[in-house]
Order: sequence, then C-alpha cells, then structure tokens
Amino acid sequence: MSGLLSLVRSGVTRRRVQSAVIGLATTMSVTAALLGGSLLVVSSAPFEDAFSAQSGAHLSAEFTATAQDVAATASAASAVSASVGPFPTASTAVRANGIDLPPVTVVGRADPAGPVDRLTLVAGEWADGPGEIVLAASFPMTPTLGHRITLSGLPGAPSVKVVGIARSVTRTAEAWVPPATITAPQGHQMLYRLTAPLEVESALSAVTALVPSGTVAGSRSWLTAKQEAVRESALFVPFLVAFGVLGLVMSVLVVGNVVAGAVGSGVRRIGVLKALGCTPSQVVWTYVGQALIPASFGVTVGLITGNLLAIPVLGQTEEVYDTTLTAPLWVNAAVGFGALTVVTLTAWVSALRAGRLRTVDALAVGRPGGTRGRFAIRWFSALPVPIALGLARPFARPARTFGMAASVVFGTATVTFAVGLGMSLGVIQEARDYNTSDVTVGAEGPPHLSQLDPNTVTSTLAAHPDTDRYFGLARTEMTVPGMAGFAQIYAYTGDAGWAGHPMIAGRWYSSPGEAVVPTAFLTATSSRIGDTVTLQHKGKAFSIQIVGELFDTRHDGLAAYVDAATFPDLPPDTFFIDTKPNTNIQSYVDSLNNTLTSTTARPTDPGQTSDTIVVIGALTALLTLMLVAVSGLGVLNTVLLDTRDRVRDLGIHKSLGMTPKQVIALVVSSVAAVGLVAGALGVPLGTTLHAQILPAMGQAAGTNLPTTAFTVYSPALLAALVISGTTIATLSALPPTTQTAHTPTSTALRTE
Amino acid sequence: MSTPLIELHAVTRRYENGPPALRDVSLTVREGEAVAVLGPSGSGKSTLLNLVAGLDRPDEGTVTVAGTRVDGLGEAGAARYRRTKVGMVFQFFNLLDDLTVLENVVLPARLAGMRRAAARRRAHELLEHLGIARHSAAHPARLSGGERQRVAVARALMNRPPLLLADEPTGALDSASGADVADLLMELNGEGQTVVVVTHDLELARRCTSRTVRLVDGRVAMDEVTVR
Ligand SMILES: Nc1ncnc2c1ncn2[C@@H]1O[C@H](COP(=O)(O)OP(=O)(O)O)[C@@H](O)[C@H]1O
Ligand SMILES: [Mg+2]
Repeated sequence: MSGLLSLVRSGVTRRRVQSAVIGLATTMSVTAALLGGSLLVVSSAPFEDAFSAQSGAHLSAEFTATAQDVAATASAASAVSASVGPFPTASTAVRANGIDLPPVTVVGRADPAGPVDRLTLVAGEWADGPGEIVLAASFPMTPTLGHRITLSGLPGAPSVKVVGIARSVTRTAEAWVPPATITAPQGHQMLYRLTAPLEVESALSAVTALVPSGTVAGSRSWLTAKQEAVRESALFVPFLVAFGVLGLVMSVLVVGNVVAGAVGSGVRRIGVLKALGCTPSQVVWTYVGQALIPASFGVTVGLITGNLLAIPVLGQTEEVYDTTLTAPLWVNAAVGFGALTVVTLTAWVSALRAGRLRTVDALAVGRPGGTRGRFAIRWFSALPVPIALGLARPFARPARTFGMAASVVFGTATVTFAVGLGMSLGVIQEARDYNTSDVTVGAEGPPHLSQLDPNTVTSTLAAHPDTDRYFGLARTEMTVPGMAGFAQIYAYTGDAGWAGHPMIAGRWYSSPGEAVVPTAFLTATSSRIGDTVTLQHKGKAFSIQIVGELFDTRHDGLAAYVDAATFPDLPPDTFFIDTKPNTNIQSYVDSLNNTLTSTTARPTDPGQTSDTIVVIGALTALLTLMLVAVSGLGVLNTVLLDTRDRVRDLGIHKSLGMTPKQVIALVVSSVAAVGLVAGALGVPLGTTLHAQILPAMGQAAGTNLPTTAFTVYSPALLAALVISGTTIATLSALPPTTQTAHTPTSTALRTE
Repeated sequence: MSTPLIELHAVTRRYENGPPALRDVSLTVREGEAVAVLGPSGSGKSTLLNLVAGLDRPDEGTVTVAGTRVDGLGEAGAARYRRTKVGMVFQFFNLLDDLTVLENVVLPARLAGMRRAAARRRAHELLEHLGIARHSAAHPARLSGGERQRVAVARALMNRPPLLLADEPTGALDSASGADVADLLMELNGEGQTVVVVTHDLELARRCTSRTVRLVDGRVAMDEVTVR
C-alpha cells in the first residue's frame, strides 16, 4: 500500500487548483457547521448553569402594596419554596457625565446573597454604605467603577458612587442601593423560588390573592428570561444551518467533480498503474487519498476558523453570564469526522469508475472517441465557427458540464441568498429603530415622571416656524387577562403614521378602539388580526380591536399601539417632532428649551446598531466570499481539465489558422452559456432559500418580520444576480483559457 | 528442453463487431526463449499479449503462465499476478510523468510490498545496468525516446518477473534508438530472461529473437526458429 503514497502525494501537489478547491470547500462547510452546531448545543446551557448556581428567581413580582402586605406573600407556602424581599424599589431617571440616561429600576437591597437570586459581583464590592450604588451589567451605560451618577428622579436627586457591578440571572434590577437610599419607595419587589417551576402563573395568582387587590404592579417569569437569553444566539442558527447545508452540497459537488475529473483525464495513468499490478481498490484509494489530504487540511483550517468565530458569536450569549463559552470538543470532533466521512464517501463513489475501468481500454491510446455532442454543432451553425464550436462543447461532455453548472448554480444561489439576507438585515435594523423623528420633547421614562403639560408643548410646537409635524405619545402598562405580565400601551395624539412603524400585516389603526400590535402580543394572547382583546387599567376594562401587526421587539413585543382617544384620561408624556427640511436641529432644540419650562427638548436618539445584526452581516460576508471562491475554483477546475484534454484539438484548430482570440472566444462562449443557464437556475434557488430562512430567523427571535424585509429583490437586482453567475464562470475560465490560447501550436500538437 | 512458461490452448477472442481478433490460437513458450510475434496491423498481436498479461480474457480456450491459469483470475488476482510474474513494456513508454525516473522504477516493487530501501537499491542497480543511472532524479519528459524506453524496461524488470512482454517497444523510436533497445532485450535474454516481443519490424525480430510467430487475421500463420 505504501507505494501508493508517492502517487497520492504527487497527485495532490501537481493538481494545485483541485487541491485548493477541495480544501476551501471543506473549510467553508466545516466553519459553518461548527458554528451552527456549537450554537445549538451551548446556547441554552449557560442560562441553566447560571440559574441554578445563583438560585435564580422563578417569579419576580413588583407591588404597590405596603412592605408588610408584601412580606406576607412569603407564606404562599404551597407554591413558594423560598423568597427574598420585600425590597423597596424606585424608578428613576439617571444623569451620568452630564447625559440623561433612560430611567432605570433601582432596588434597595442590603445583601447580594440569600436563598433566591444571589447576585454575582463581577467587579468591585457590594453597596453597603450610604451614597453607594451597584450597577447591573445590563445597565444602559457602560459601568465604570468610581464614577458618580445622579439619581435625578429620586427626592433630592442624590449623587451616588458606583462601587460594584453585579449580575442577576433573571435581571431583577438595573441597579442596587442600600435600602435606606430609597426614602420614598414607589413599590416593593419580592423574589420567589417556586415548588413547581413551570407553574409560574398559578404561583402568581396565589401571591396576588395575598395582597390587596390591584397592588401587583408587575411580574416576570424565569421562562421569559430564559427565552430572552437564548434569543440572540437562536437568531444565528437558521442562517448558519443554511450556509452549512450550502457548504456541504458544495463540498460534495466539488469533491465529486474533482475526483471524477481526475479519473476522466487520467485514464491512461490508471491503465499504467493496473498494468504494473495495482489492484482496482488500490487505484480507487489513490484518488480518494488525493481528495482526503486537502480535505483534512480544510477541516483543520475550518475547525480553527470556526472556533475563532465562535468567540464573537457565542459572545452574544455570553455577555449575560460569567462563563466563557467555547465550541464543545465533541462538536469539533463530530463536525471534523463528519466532513471527512462525506469527502471520503464522495471521492470513493466518484473514483469507482477508475477501479472498474478495463486496463486494455485504458491503455488503448488514440482509439477514436465518441461522437457525442457533434450534433449540437449543427444547431449553432449560423454563428461564427469558434462560438458554434464553443456552444456545442457542453453537449460533448454532459457530466463535466453538469458538474461545472452545479458549481455555478450553488455559487449564484449563495450570492443571491447572501445579498438578500444583507438587505433584509438592513431593513430589520432600520425597523428596530423605527423612530424617524428629529426631536423628542419630554422624558422617555415612565409617564409618572413626566411633568410635561401637553397644551403648553403643543402650542409651543405649533408656534415654531421650523416645526413640520409632530405627535404626542402617552405610555402606560395594562394587563391583558390570560396573558402573564403587562402590555406596554403606546397611545398617540395626532398622526403617528409618518414615524415609520414597520408593518407586518394588516393596517395602521384609523379610529379610537383599534390597535396595532407586535407579533409577540398576538402569540401571547393567542389572538389574530380582527380579534378584540380586553385591556385592564386601574380597575377599568377597555376593549380594543386588533387591525394590524407591526414589527417591534422592545418590551419583548408585548405592546399595543392605539389612538390616544382610546384612553382619554391618559395625557401624552412625550412628543416627537419632524422639523422642516434644512432646519438646524440643535438651534431648534435650544429655542424650544427657551420656551418650555417643565420639560426639555432634545435631538431624538439615533438607534443603536444591534451587535447581533453586525455579527450576522460579517459572518454572511465571510461565508459568501468562501462559497463564491469555491464555486469559481470549481469552474476553473473544469475549464482546466477541459482545456488540458483539448490542448491537442486546439492545437489542430490553431494549425488550421484559428487565432488565440478565437480560441478564447471558443472556450469562453461555452463557459458563458453554461454560466448563464446556471445563473438563471441559481437565482430562484437563492431567493427561495431567502424566503425560507428569513422567517425561521424571525421565529427564533420570536417575531414575524416586516414585509419590507422580504421584498428586497428588485427585477434589476435579480438580473444582476443572474449575470453574476456568468461572470463567476467567465472570470474563472479566463486565466487557463488565455494560457492555452497562447501555447505554441507545436507544443500543443506534440502532447499525447 | 526447459519447462513451458506460457501455454495458450485453443484461444479465441472476439470483440463486439468484426471478425474475431484471435481464433483458435495454441502456443507454448518455454523458459529462456525470446519470441517475436510478427504480423500486419490489426492481426491480433496486441490482443495476444494482453491475454498473456492478464489484462484481457479469452472467450474460449485457456491461458496458463508459470503454472497460473491467467484466464480464471479476478481483478485483484490479475493485479497480483502482473506484479509478480510479468513485466510490460509499451510502444508509448507509459511512464508516469509526475514521478521521477527512480520513483517510476521503484513503483512496482513498492506495490509488491518490498521495503523502500531495498527497492531503491534494486532500482539503482537496474538503472546502472541499463546505463541510465544519471537520469534517476529527472522526470521522464526530459528524456529522449530511447532513454524513456530503457526506463520502462527497468520498471518492467523491477520485480524480477519470469516473463518480459513488450508491445512494439521500438515503434515510437528512431532506428538508432530502436536498435539500442533491441540490443538491450537480446542482452537480457542472454542473461536468461524469457522475452516475448510484439513487433512488425522484421529487423528487430531477426536481431533479438530466436523464434518468430507470425499472426495473420488472428491465426498463427507461421512459427519458426530463427538463427541470430
Ligand atoms: N478493445 C477493443 N474493442 C474492439 N475491437 C478491438 C479492441 N481491441 C482490438 N480490437 C480489434 O481486434 C483486432 C486486433 O487488434 P490488435 O490485437 O490490437 O491488433 P495488432 O496489435 O496486431 O495491430 C483489430 O481488428 C482491432 O480493431
Ligand atoms: Mg498492436
């Protein structure tokens, strides 16, 4: 057997393009498979680990009742196995470094330890002295130890020093202070471990029954927290699976093409080996070996790349926890082994012909070949000779043509899918940041913090010459019977239609009593467009009819958008203004602030780019680049084989007076024709993939996606994508063709 | 008389169309003989050689070489048989262009399981013996036709096969190189090597063989001992 090694080695080094294309294809598929596999396996593990390590709260509830009343819920004995609290809470605006941050919930907690929701100190120490605060890792500002921040919403607006950073697995608060700091609690928080962790709702009703009615202001289930924890990484899985599958198909194609091509063009060599005493299986294994060596290299590189890329991708999950996540060893082993198995099987099947080839036939040099494809020349006889010969060429070697076309089909499909995904992500990114207004007046925090007088604001806005249009927003939380937790209600005064809320289905509300809701609201209330749901607020019930579904992931998508007239008692707390074109926003804001006394105007926050979307975009670009390179190399390989086989033919053509340019026209016309057909097939494959994967990604994230995210392919773009197939093919074919075209005719004719 | 090495008994070989390439051929070649198979193009010479080499199977009759029923071997068995019992030389050399001269020559021995060092030693000896040792690191494409055919002969002799088969070994060579290869075959036969050469070159036949078999239309038309 060992004598075969030198054959395999020389096969690998001599066929550089072929080895490179196999290596690259395996690298690509292994990278995608490793990332996808690791995400599936590890993404939920850290939450569960952290939850049990920290004795996370199965239920956290927020009460407006007195501390004594709340403390009594600790004895909801049958449902609750352990509890901590009540902790005084306050919602407060925060000012740090001269910047007003969105309001946060501050909890007065003396001890980070306890039987429930033990907090992990990530840095610094616990806030146990007056004037100290510990921030959660999820705090809206990057926490820096030693900085001072002002709790501007608390009486006296105390200034406190950041002494520590802590994590709560269920995110029970955004900051903790000693209980004494909260002199006027707005509520009390109680955290529970449950005897039956899955029956959060019945536990909540048991707790609710123990306090005066209407004093449960909010609650949160650990299941919601768990879902949120895996959501970011779950988003990656569908598209990584898509790339994994594309990569796998591509690897099979490439290995099959390369090995079958090597066998096809090495018939004489196979005959020689057999005449020297190689058994059929030895011959087959020399070809399998030629594929396996670059594939092993590709697997190694792919595993390294995959593990490196896993750092930022898994990091999306990791931020929430202490643990460092890496791709598990067994996933590495499974992916590597799987890839090598696929390569071996494919190569073996493709090389079987070499084993079966009759030695006598293999050695018979110069017996006239088949006449396949000759008929096609007649079809194109009206065209210039080189082009007619070129167009007929694909019919002469159907298997080879099929292999090349398949490379281009998948290359084009990948580009189509990737371009569409990129554009959709852009649309989604914009949709997340739906607020297109220029200026905001009022707080973005809870309504009760707003001291804004709507009449003053509207008259000020109306009087300002640079105001183009504006609307007011009133926010409140309402319960929905049958749905855990609260729905965020956004009630608009005036026409909010221009703010760019991205619709998924249905229409924007047109009259009081109609509502538009995000997907998650529909899911949570098991309702559909056209249904009527009842909202409860301060003991009153309101019926709203759902007329549309929109894209909104804030507040976990538990929200409803209505006309302000639906809730006449609710005054707007914020106004969003669009200024006239070419208005200087800062001077507009300054002039508003000169007039407004009880509230402030500021430029509307530009939305934050989601890290997840950035990482998905970068990964898509990388994987696409690799797949396109693989597909280009696949074409290059086919053309190399074909021209090598035909050097003599081409030599004869040239001796009869064909110019190098005509030789190039001959080869390029055959490749371009195949590329065009393959491109036309690849584009619909890519758009289909896009139409399948995108909703799957949305589902993983718990939302449907705005229609605009799907309608990204314009006819011009589709045409360009079809052309891209031909372009990949032609560009890959040019270098070997040019070289052949300029080979001296004498050399070409001498070749056996 | 020495023992028979090749025994063809009533061998017929037909291809799909046309008359049989060989019909009812019986032939015995003894150890140490040098036989030339002569005949016009298409008379069945190569077919005969391929049957002896186990590359092809007869439709009727038996082929026995060195006690082995060659016509009954499976693919793997035939490969093992070729590795040990025959060395082959072709008109167009059939050297592997991506291997060096030395690697080409070593290959059959490695296939037969000889250790690397021993195989290289043997290959060096052979290349030395055939006067092409100075090219051992070169690739075959660099060599002249005559030199390439010497390499092919060295490769064929690597496993000390009892039988050396050559199909038109001078067909692709100029007359000087052809004569050179003929001398080599004669020399080898002088050392006791059994040789069967297919050729249509009468000069080659006369120069290096002691017996000529003439094929016409797939039949043995003449079988005579020649004096060289
Ligand atoms: N593999 C084959 N398939 C079909 N016919 C063949 C094949 N090999 C040889 N023949 C035919 O058999 C006859 C003898 O061929 P061959 O033995 O090659 O002749 P020679 O070597 O004497 O020139 C010829 O007519 C040839 O065309
Ligand atoms: Mg012949």
